[in-house]
Amino acid sequence: MTPPHNDKLPSSLPRPAGELERLERAWKPPEGWRRLSAVNNSQVGMFYIATALLFFVLAGVLGLMMRAQLALPDNNLMSPSTYNQVFTMHGTVMMFLFAVPVVEAVAVYLLPAMLGARDLPFPRLSAYAFWAYAIGGIAFFCTIFFGVSPDGGWYMYPPLTGKAQSPGLGADFWLLGIGFIEISAIAGAIELIIGILFTRAPGMSLGKMPVFAWAMLVTALMIVFAFPAIIAGTLLLELERAFDWPFFIAERGGDPILWQHLFWFFGHPEVYIIFLPAAGMVTMMVPTMARTPLVGYRAVVIALVAVGFISFAVWMHHMFTAGLGGNAMLIAAVASFAVAIPSGTQVFSWIATFWKGRVQNSSPTLFLLGFHFIFVLGGLTGVMVAVLPFDWQVHDTYFIVAHLHYVLIGGMVFPVFAGFYYWAPLLNGHRLSERLARWVFGLMFAGFNLAFFPMHITGLMGMPRRVYTYAGDLGWNGLNLLSTVGAFIFALGVLLFFIDAIRLVMQKTQVPHGNPWGASTLEWLTQDDYGVRSIPQIDSHDPLWSRPSLEAEVVAGRYFLPGTLSGERETLVTSWRVAEPRHLLVLPTDSWWPFIAAAGTAGFFLLLTVSQVAIALTCGIVAVASIIIWLWQSDNPPFAEKAEVGDGIFLPVGAHGAASHSWWAMVVLLCVDASVFASLAFAHVHVAMAAEVCPPPGASLPLWGWPVAAAVLLLAGSAAMAGARALLGRGRKHGVWLLVLLALLCMLAATGLDGWGQRLAGLEPAANAWSATVAALLAWQGFHAAVLLLMGLYVCARSWRGRLLPQARASLDNTALLWHYVTAQGLAGMGIIHLMPVF
Amino acid sequence: MNPVTPVTPAALPQLQSVLSPAGTAAHTVAEISWVLFIGAALIFAAVMALLVWALRRQRKARPVHGTLWLWGGGVIFPVAVLAALMVYSLQQAPGWLATAPPNALHISITAHVWWWEVRYQDPLTGQDVTLANELRLPVGRPVSLGLNSADVIHSFWVPALAGKRDMVPGRVNHLLVQASQAGVYRGQCAEFCGAQHARMALHVVASAPPEFDAWLAAQARPAAIPGNALLVQGQQAFMAQRCNACHAVRGVAEEGRLGPDLTHVGSRLHLAAGTLPNQHGTMARWIADTQGVKPGARMPSSPDIDAATLNALAAWLEHLK
Repeated sequence: MTPPHNDKLPSSLPRPAGELERLERAWKPPEGWRRLSAVNNSQVGMFYIATALLFFVLAGVLGLMMRAQLALPDNNLMSPSTYNQVFTMHGTVMMFLFAVPVVEAVAVYLLPAMLGARDLPFPRLSAYAFWAYAIGGIAFFCTIFFGVSPDGGWYMYPPLTGKAQSPGLGADFWLLGIGFIEISAIAGAIELIIGILFTRAPGMSLGKMPVFAWAMLVTALMIVFAFPAIIAGTLLLELERAFDWPFFIAERGGDPILWQHLFWFFGHPEVYIIFLPAAGMVTMMVPTMARTPLVGYRAVVIALVAVGFISFAVWMHHMFTAGLGGNAMLIAAVASFAVAIPSGTQVFSWIATFWKGRVQNSSPTLFLLGFHFIFVLGGLTGVMVAVLPFDWQVHDTYFIVAHLHYVLIGGMVFPVFAGFYYWAPLLNGHRLSERLARWVFGLMFAGFNLAFFPMHITGLMGMPRRVYTYAGDLGWNGLNLLSTVGAFIFALGVLLFFIDAIRLVMQKTQVPHGNPWGASTLEWLTQDDYGVRSIPQIDSHDPLWSRPSLEAEVVAGRYFLPGTLSGERETLVTSWRVAEPRHLLVLPTDSWWPFIAAAGTAGFFLLLTVSQVAIALTCGIVAVASIIIWLWQSDNPPFAEKAEVGDGIFLPVGAHGAASHSWWAMVVLLCVDASVFASLAFAHVHVAMAAEVCPPPGASLPLWGWPVAAAVLLLAGSAAMAGARALLGRGRKHGVWLLVLLALLCMLAATGLDGWGQRLAGLEPAANAWSATVAALLAWQGFHAAVLLLMGLYVCARSWRGRLLPQARASLDNTALLWHYVTAQGLAGMGIIHLMPVF
Repeated sequence: MNPVTPVTPAALPQLQSVLSPAGTAAHTVAEISWVLFIGAALIFAAVMALLVWALRRQRKARPVHGTLWLWGGGVIFPVAVLAALMVYSLQQAPGWLATAPPNALHISITAHVWWWEVRYQDPLTGQDVTLANELRLPVGRPVSLGLNSADVIHSFWVPALAGKRDMVPGRVNHLLVQASQAGVYRGQCAEFCGAQHARMALHVVASAPPEFDAWLAAQARPAAIPGNALLVQGQQAFMAQRCNACHAVRGVAEEGRLGPDLTHVGSRLHLAAGTLPNQHGTMARWIADTQGVKPGARMPSSPDIDAATLNALAAWLEHLK
């Protein structure tokens, strides 16, 4: 299957007439206002990057407003309530609407080219994720113009953000708005994981994959396991605010610390979710700039994976002053130390690569060196704050503000800017101005250090974070003024960059970008809307260096899939480890449905916040209907059994079961689902352990019969689904939908029994936190039952319409996968609720 | 009745600095801090020197010993430094799990938006003495602070004495401090707690044990009796304006518990949790223009109060030493 690299390339010359035109036609993006319906990741990636940068500017302006207010002591530029909204929005928008989206955006834009894929496997999902983020994010940001923004800090600690202390809408905007933007981040992560694992160019084994793809793989997996904690947290806090379920209210058995665990279990991995992609970009650029292969590819990859793991053990270091147990703090401190080691490994790999090569004196290099300076300093202060007694002093002071801006601006903004200079030619062939780049860099670097270095000292001199003003006699005045001046200098640099960037985007002419920096990776091959003309065979980390003729051969169409076989958009699916070609994947084309679905989703959540329930529900129905229509068009039988992707090289078209990309995407989604469930179960266990007796006075559990009966029904439902899959394999149409309906009845009955039992036992969620967590677990299971109801009926409908076939069966397979998960989740939920009192 | 000469903050610009310690725990942390700063500066300088050296112009590629760079610089070096730092910091850590010694003085502090309720135990009667917004300690004696909150999460932080500890509703966290020299130190809420988080300060006065004992005995007494007509008028105004709905003055009106206890408000260095110095004129300003001084504070302004009444009320409160 894998031809060795000799002169025999997969496709021979001359290529048939009309092949290129057919390929161009299939991939032609929509024009004019129809561009909003584009789903190709390179198209969506551009919108995505632009939107993320818009939020960078908006949140940056908020930062400047804060610095203006703090320039002088006892300043009256802003009222305390305005300032508190501004700093909350600055943090929230930077973290949720800029930092994570921009790295996902760059990945969505670059990865297809870098991996040699025509596109990632779920382009419509990417479009949906982007539009949900863009529409929801802009609506969320606009709250600041009406003075109804959240004002409880980006970390939203209850009880301050509970209904009693924050009766306004701000907290709800945060919880619903940000909650669903996380869903968009997760959708992006699923696309990236499946894309990186299954659509790499033949021969690009994991060990030859570009480091940026590795970084994004680790990052996306971290999103899958970290973001569910905050989704669970926002769900609980919103339930508390809307229905008075007292998860975080101490008087009724709740615990404010529970929120901190959920928030930081997400919040610290989040920092690495932001940093790792940037580190990946650095690792792509350093070898190019030094004109030599990376020193220690394997070490860097191991370091990335290690950071991913360790980052899940450090969340408690945000709670060092909250009064945790000694052992918990010690473990968090050791983990926080340990996470410095793989970061150090990467730094030494970069410096060694510079050492080995001959460094080009150009704009990306400048930003990379700036990154090294700032990030190493930020890393060192990071080690300092992992030292417990030191942290007890500087925690929540400007020392931390300095530290986090060193690691985030140094660790992410500078590499991303280096990346903009480096990858800008991919957009339309033009480069950003090298002359202006020196000014941009100089202003940003000097301004940054002038703004943030003094904050270390301000913090040590006692200035806490998140204060809207300070007294003039504490010795902080000069330092604060310096910080403000620095912030504006930094902003001037950013402004200059945007002027140049807009000039670049406005270029009318498209010129070939070539390989301006002499890079080694596939994104520098000549690309069009369809990606590369033919998908190359790879045999090294640095394919453009190891085979100088690659560009010419790819453009001539001498590799895999030089045209389109079905006349539609296609890409190759390769095996996840060694990237052997496995099958041909026909991709969905441009469509309005993802856009409409995203607008509906955003409308649903945002209108719910302002209590427009009827319109919100309408939006919700529109969203669900659009998703169903969009799905209905997918999962089609293959246009042919085999397709010839190179001379005499035949691959199957499409795949099902565990060979299918959609099956694995479902598995990843279930990991997300299980993590949300685990977070809710953690909340229940946390509250139950804190209660003196369990169940607490006034609450009780249903008799054993109820959960046992429900469990039997759940298992029966899963068995029926398994039967339906087996029948479909034998081509039996009627039995399939009958069994699905039976499974549906079992699932609904089980959920009903479980809930009814609790009702008879007198479950009163508002009475105490224990009951509230039980109700939350029940509600989560009930939500799944509702989803299965929709999906079950959808599968039946496909069966009735004859669209469910042995060779087009992903709808059934994936529904069954979810079904078994919901069964397991139901059993686990009932088990935890009923077994906790036993222990 | 004020044994310590009030020190004006201007005379002590370092009074909230981590690096000007005046307590045993803070001294240790200050020492650790200097070790960290110097160590970090050396490592930073070394890494940057290496980077600059790596960038020297060169004609051709230099060979690189990858294992040496990655294992030596990227693994062994950080592991060694971090292990040493771990051992050092654990050895030095100021009794972070220490329980209060038997001779410790126990003080409870409850945080409110946006002020501090401070409760001592009267050594004579064993009864609680409720004070506010100022903490006084005897120098050289360990003090165990029991910290909790009445509403949202706050954090108790007096950098000159020790690191901070959060004040969480439903929990009591403990912090052991010991002042090593007499003086006035400023502390400030360190966990964002809403609109006036910025104006939630606390002054700590550390004095010699005899002075402290005398001060506590004075604070345990009920309010001073008004000695002239103006003060009598002020006390009447306190009741007539319904100040007593929220504020207690022992011996005068004891039911108000929503705001700070004012029995000895005149003896404090500052008003409104460190917002205004307690000097002539500030009390009247605070009463009349509360929302102008501290917008959002849970006390209404009294713009309509007539000048004579305001003057009498302020005079009476100021005389409650």
